[in-house]
Amino acid sequence: MGPDGLLVARDSVVHRLPAHGKLLAVLGFVVCVVATPAGSWWVFAAQALALLAVVSLARLPWATVARRLTVELPFLVFAAVMPFVATGTRVDVLGLSLSEAGLLGGATLAIKATLGVLAAVVLSATTGAAALLAALLRLRLPAAFVAIAAFMVRYVGIVAGDLRRAAIARESRGATGSLGHLRAAAGGVGTTFVRSYERGERVQQAMLARGYAGRMPELRAVMVADHPVPAGLLWCAALPAAALAALLAGVLT
Amino acid sequence: MHVPDGFIDLPTSLATGAVAVGAVGFALRRSDRELAVAGPALPGLVAAFVFAAQMVNFPVGAGTSGHLMGGALAAALVGPSTALVCLSVVLLVQALLFADGGLTALGTNVTLIGVVTVLVGYAVTRLLLTATRRWSARPAAVVPAAAAGAFVSVPAAALVFVLLYQIGGTVPIPLATLTAAMVGWHLVIGVGEAVITAVVLSAVVAVRPDLVYAVRDRRRTLVLDDPTTPADQPADGAPAARAGGDGDGHVDGLLGGLLGGHEGEAVARPARPSVRSARGLAGAALSVSLVVAGLVALLSSARPDGLEFVAEALGFDEAARDSAVAASPLADYGFTGLGAVGTTVAGVVGVAVTLLAVWLIASLRRAGSSGAGAGPERATASAR
Repeated sequence: MGPDGLLVARDSVVHRLPAHGKLLAVLGFVVCVVATPAGSWWVFAAQALALLAVVSLARLPWATVARRLTVELPFLVFAAVMPFVATGTRVDVLGLSLSEAGLLGGATLAIKATLGVLAAVVLSATTGAAALLAALLRLRLPAAFVAIAAFMVRYVGIVAGDLRRAAIARESRGATGSLGHLRAAAGGVGTTFVRSYERGERVQQAMLARGYAGRMPELRAVMVADHPVPAGLLWCAALPAAALAALLAGVLT
Repeated sequence: MHVPDGFIDLPTSLATGAVAVGAVGFALRRSDRELAVAGPALPGLVAAFVFAAQMVNFPVGAGTSGHLMGGALAAALVGPSTALVCLSVVLLVQALLFADGGLTALGTNVTLIGVVTVLVGYAVTRLLLTATRRWSARPAAVVPAAAAGAFVSVPAAALVFVLLYQIGGTVPIPLATLTAAMVGWHLVIGVGEAVITAVVLSAVVAVRPDLVYAVRDRRRTLVLDDPTTPADQPADGAPAARAGGDGDGHVDGLLGGLLGGHEGEAVARPARPSVRSARGLAGAALSVSLVVAGLVALLSSARPDGLEFVAEALGFDEAARDSAVAASPLADYGFTGLGAVGTTVAGVVGVAVTLLAVWLIASLRRAGSSGAGAGPERATASAR
């Protein structure tokens, strides 16, 4: 992972929107999705449609989006177990005695989690990591916190490379990963911690040598500037507005 | 165990978000002075390490592999405040960039994976370090202590998840089933976490024991209290070189041999912390028993009709018994029919017995070592 994060470089309307607007839009959208009562299938369908419209506006490759959706698989398993363990009245489905509340809740959970993950995938695929960090700063997160996050994003690829090289070195010496080689695997991780820590010390000293005085240079320069920000914010508001409208329509009718 | 959107309802998510913001703000303020000195690069790289280490799959045996959560490990390595800041940075970036863990669930995830594992893991680690100080004052003692902390921290996070789910869960699941499944499964994960934490920490302690925050007070400072004889001055460099190499108690043995006539001084120094640690041990043990009692009370009050739930689940459903409950080590524990009172009594009795055992061992140990004297014993132990 580089400074661009998981950005899928495309020239699209969604890519050009201001990062903090997109971040707020995703947050607002997800809040609306989570607030939707269980079993409001039409509301979920409308929200999903709005989100899919954004995906196609962003011209993201569907295969990439689908592949990135797989991070939620463990919790889908959890949702699939719910009909078996939840309480309440039972219904027979294909010879299995399932809980009605569990079926409803499990399906709702799966939909909400999928929509949440999809929204976050769209955000990370259309916004570079540096722009996201600048957005966090703009949204008034503590500067120290954002600075740490910036260093993490900058160096995670390097540390992961260290770990990968340690693993290659270990495997090339015959420790290929069964239980007996746990000590070798963890030794590589321990060494990588020491290397990371010492790298941090060196980076800090290098910064001090170049006149670092306790404040990071502004991240704001990274902000995408070619779109007028107020108009961009308005466009960003479209997604949560659609989700909210669907939610209100579903609740009121 | 990143929680996605929709598992916990909005009010509870808001509450956990407030907890997370408060905890991270407190941790940021506490590490403010460290940050001013160390800059953002060091915690940033620690966060990068935690992030990357979570992606490493460790062989756990039987063809499966596990990965690290890292709360207890990070707390032992860089201290609880910095660890919490680093973990919440990791979780935020994972939620924003990798869609791992929902945005509305970010507060829940920071609370579970950050606050709970760091606090519980570090508390257990420090407690065990204090309690075992009289046996071993070496930095390597952090390895078993942090392993125990890591082991406890994972099911503790699972317990807090169960509690949150009981408050703000969206699907009714019997508490006993959920607790048994979550805690049982996470006890297994906790064993893996403990093993990985122990082996990683022992690798760090072997190379740079001075980097391990949890034992920062055990650093071997190679300054002689009474360097009257000039012959000691050049000898100072030799043990320093060896200490850099292996970093455990060799220095003690060497110094003991070098000092010879100053033995009284050398012996008096390790004796002081053991008196202090006895008082610290009592306080720590008392506070932990209070915490345990509080947890038990919390759990038993959260399920006034837990047994009814269980009976319902068992009567209705074969699948629940087969899939979620039977496999867990806690299955028998939850269904013995003791009820809430029995559980509380059992917990208190367990704490009392443990305390008694520790006290007995400690006093036996004191009786044994008072005759022999602490200094020579330590010297032989470390010079082996």
